[in-house]
Amino acid sequence: MSRSLRHRPSAVLLLLALPVLLVACGEAVDGPTAPTTSAPDASAGGGADADGPLVVYSGRSEDLVGPILEGFAAMTGRELEVRYGDTAELAAAILAEGDASPADVFFGQDAGALGALEAAGRFAELDAETLGLVDPAYRSSAGRWVGVTGRARVLVHAPDLAAADLPDSVGELTDPVWRGRVGWAPTNASFQAFVTALRLLEGEDAARAWVEGMLANDVQVYEKNTAIVEAVGRGEIDLGLTNHYYLLRYLAEDPDYPAVNRFLPGDVGGLVNVAGVGVLSTSERPTGAAELVAHLLSEEVQRSFAGAAAGEYPMRAGVEASDRLPTLVELAPPALDLGRLEDLEGTLALLREVGALD
Amino acid sequence: MARRRGAGTHPAVWLPAVVVALLMIVPVLHLALAAAELGPVTALTEVASDRTLRLIGRTLLLAAAVTAASMVLAVPIAWLTIRTDLPARRAFAVATALPLAVPTYVGSYALIAAIAPGGLVADLTGLPGVRPYGFWGAFAALTVFASPYVLVTVQAALAGLDPALEDASRTLGRGRWRTFLTVTLPALRPATAAGALLVALYVISDFGAVSMLRYSTLTRAIHTEYRASFDRSRIALLGLVLVAMTVVLLVAEARAARGGAGTYAVGVRRRAEPVPLGRWRWPAVALCGAVVVVGVVVPMVVVASWSWAALEAGEPIAAAFDAARRSLVAAALGTVATVLAALPIAVWSGRSRSRAARLVERASFTGFALPGIVVAIALVFVGIRLVPALYQTLAMLVVAYVVLFLPQAVGAVRSTLLQVDDDVESAARLLGASRLATLWRVTLPLAAQGTFAGGALVFLTVLKELPATLLLAPTGYDTLATRVWSATSEAFFARAALPALLVILLGVVPLMLVSARRGALAPAVQPRSDVEKDSTVPSTLTATG
Repeated sequence: MSRSLRHRPSAVLLLLALPVLLVACGEAVDGPTAPTTSAPDASAGGGADADGPLVVYSGRSEDLVGPILEGFAAMTGRELEVRYGDTAELAAAILAEGDASPADVFFGQDAGALGALEAAGRFAELDAETLGLVDPAYRSSAGRWVGVTGRARVLVHAPDLAAADLPDSVGELTDPVWRGRVGWAPTNASFQAFVTALRLLEGEDAARAWVEGMLANDVQVYEKNTAIVEAVGRGEIDLGLTNHYYLLRYLAEDPDYPAVNRFLPGDVGGLVNVAGVGVLSTSERPTGAAELVAHLLSEEVQRSFAGAAAGEYPMRAGVEASDRLPTLVELAPPALDLGRLEDLEGTLALLREVGALD
Repeated sequence: MARRRGAGTHPAVWLPAVVVALLMIVPVLHLALAAAELGPVTALTEVASDRTLRLIGRTLLLAAAVTAASMVLAVPIAWLTIRTDLPARRAFAVATALPLAVPTYVGSYALIAAIAPGGLVADLTGLPGVRPYGFWGAFAALTVFASPYVLVTVQAALAGLDPALEDASRTLGRGRWRTFLTVTLPALRPATAAGALLVALYVISDFGAVSMLRYSTLTRAIHTEYRASFDRSRIALLGLVLVAMTVVLLVAEARAARGGAGTYAVGVRRRAEPVPLGRWRWPAVALCGAVVVVGVVVPMVVVASWSWAALEAGEPIAAAFDAARRSLVAAALGTVATVLAALPIAVWSGRSRSRAARLVERASFTGFALPGIVVAIALVFVGIRLVPALYQTLAMLVVAYVVLFLPQAVGAVRSTLLQVDDDVESAARLLGASRLATLWRVTLPLAAQGTFAGGALVFLTVLKELPATLLLAPTGYDTLATRVWSATSEAFFARAALPALLVILLGVVPLMLVSARRGALAPAVQPRSDVEKDSTVPSTLTATG
């Protein structure tokens, strides 16, 4: 650095900030550029639909579903407006908006939020043909939302653990062998769905005993699944309870990422939960909305969800998951009506009472 | 007397102030309506439950500890960076405030990535890592990232503080140290209290740090409820507990600030002679440097290392720059609107002792003390019903920013005004100026430094804002903060890196403007000796270099 600059530290800071300023000022202020995609020949389907773009509230991020939604817009010529956000916050916003909600379609990360909107009477019934594409285990029993992709609960673990030492069931994690070595994310929706399943399948007492056993075994608390995968990667913990696909993302960025997924076939800890869609009962564009739902379950889109980057389980019967994953049949997830996972009150009460949320 | 002063306030001041204050209590009204569904008995049982009391205790403990530590850390640094011959003083004045530009979710993430077992430090040095979780982690992170609130308000106050009193104290034989303790510090009380209040409220409403570092507060509990139960009455109840806590903090701050207010300065300031630090020079540099390293360099190194990996992997950078432009537009509009909304409240409450003025000023704090998601949902509820045409437009988003961040601007402007005795305005009136002319030509110029400092704070926080931007921005209006969030929530870290880096870099801009203005201001108001009201100080001591 030159002498004059060394004596003018503020000039150095200015230089650091300059590129940012230039970019910011150089591009004229031309307002928001919404990712609205439209094609001139808007011909497909919906004669009865109101004018204006189809509005999607998506709890799934743009990185994951943006290209798929754009593909729908390009194919049908429909204009699409997508609001990306947190699944729970978007669901809360739809509840707060009431009947005036601009949303036509809600695309949520987990069955809990979908169930809550269904319970509040905010979803219209989907057509039987679309519903028929998906195993009844992965859609609302009242036909008001349908799963699009599935994610399995797994144990993510350090690569140096011998397979023989690894547990086959989450029930083993209360063993003193695992003291202080396991991480969970009790405020995470997928984890809570798993605890709900535990309560429904094994009973309240068993569920409580397991949660208390984990706490007594000094389980490490993390904010979310990604934090668990990172803690395992750093060697901070040996095992973590997460969804299967988070590690796949890390491996996509760094093939040598030091962590391995262990699937839990047949165990309640290997629950398969869904991300899914519902059409708002207040939607003025039901035809377009139904088309979008059908598009998300089309073979082509389902195959792309199964592709390497996303690594999720396609929900359309007949579309195979990535061959690096065990099939849903091999996983033999516990039989459970996912619609019942919306009943989180009991799970929250349990977690609160034993102090798992503090 | 007090009554007459209040009555003397021009409607051009109090009318807009009252309108803004009404807007500010919208979220509280929304909470109260939702909580009312529970009925008094259930509500009381819930509030008095062990769990809620424990959450209140933990929240208060964290707020108290972070606020105390912030004052201890930031007041000396403010003095060092404004009043001394600290090497690279101007650069440090900006850089020590810069941790405020780091979103707590990014900063906490960087802290974990840096010092946890297997993190950067452990990799480089072979030392075992530290698990930065729980109270101490949240305490450390929030102190680093929130203490600049005290720093910036105290810096503004110091820049505007007439050195005559300090000079007098020195002339009368008190040493530098005693002068600092007995004259400077008391004069800084209103500004310190205003900054400390912002720190405390920031802590009780923060989600990023407490969630990443795993310390349960009321705000974290509210987020958990949103994620799991969609039970809005329970959420509302916890929100009202936060409001009650805010009221307590507001009263405490008012008490703390009272002692120091209006005791100095006559409206004509001289530039203070820089205090030579002598052998304390390098320890002082070390202190400021440590703050910059922990609060700015470490987060930037962590984020920059992701950015590097992202660029190598061919991550497109155009999208990040588009988002930067939108962030900049939102932050600029949000800042202008917030400062304009803050001025009438700050002027009224800084110049009148009426109860109404006080109440309006205190009401402006509610939005800042509530978690962003609570304010955002309240504005969703109200906005779509009252002004459907504006719903999910930039205008609506700007209103949300005003509700969320107003007190940062009010506090900064008000504490600058409190530094100057209103004798100045009385003189203007005596000399025949109308009330409006006095306001325009005397009061507002006096508030200028505070306006800049407050505006800078608002700008920084708008850049980081997430929940309101996600729900209320025009569809597709993704900003740097929303890009960081969406990429990290799906574990695409490379994609989060560049936007995160840009958030921090953009924060440099307003802080530099404030610093530059401070530099430009001081010599401009050099007094002629005949204006000095009380020239007990020999001219050799007051001459500026």
